[in-house]
Amino acid sequence: MNEYLMAVVGGILIGLSALILLLFNGRIAGISGIAWRSWQSSVEQKWQWLFIIGLLLGTWLAHSQLNITVPQLPDNNVGWIVLAGFLVGFGAKLGSGCTSGHGICGIGRLSKRSFIATSIFMSTGILSVFLSHFI
Amino acid sequence: MLQFKTSIVGLSSGVLFGLGLAVSGMTDTQKVKGFLDVFGNWDITLAFVMASALLITIPSFYFIQKRKAPLCNLEFSVPKNNKTDNKLIFGAALFGIGWGMVGWCPGPAIASLVYLDLTVVYFLLAMFVGMAIANKV
Repeated sequence: MNEYLMAVVGGILIGLSALILLLFNGRIAGISGIAWRSWQSSVEQKWQWLFIIGLLLGTWLAHSQLNITVPQLPDNNVGWIVLAGFLVGFGAKLGSGCTSGHGICGIGRLSKRSFIATSIFMSTGILSVFLSHFI
Repeated sequence: MLQFKTSIVGLSSGVLFGLGLAVSGMTDTQKVKGFLDVFGNWDITLAFVMASALLITIPSFYFIQKRKAPLCNLEFSVPKNNKTDNKLIFGAALFGIGWGMVGWCPGPAIASLVYLDLTVVYFLLAMFVGMAIANKV
């Protein structure tokens, strides 16, 4: 399948995932929020853990059953990986959301905060990749 | 019973999300970095992921939010805050920098656990430490 078509099909699947979570559970499919809350003790914990298990299952199914090529993993040193992971976690929690929560669901709700957050993290993401060419 | 239903929905929603991430190429860090490499060798493919996802969420969320309650839960829980504060701006800015450094955001990073590589584990541990510290700020 053509990579643009795969991107569109994948995006539709992600959109449908967010749709059913809001329609049935009344919750936003923001992965950083779901992952964070799955560690907190609450009555919500159960579906959040199952969402994470489903996320792994879906990814595994795509590669094992649909023959999607397994991507190459990043080859950066551990320090770089840890710093990036820290910034992603710290930033997502402080900014109340990540690519899915703000970019897909927040903009989906036409939230002004999410438009702003998405514009900012896309811009600094572009800047980060640009600057990393010089390192 | 309520918890059983929301659990089934959570699992199904997660499976769709994981399929979507892997099929679209979002778990491929080279591709993500290519998408953010606007001033270099720009790969626009992943813009189609967001565009098609929004094509589903924008119209459907409009109608879903007109309902009094969700189908399997007592109430909707969506962010009510509509103020742009420094936390949002600063948080989003740092998030983007980290995202561009490796090409993983939280969803694809968690999904990448299935690739059974320690790099993913290091990234996720650091991510949760970052979240725990931000939670105290």
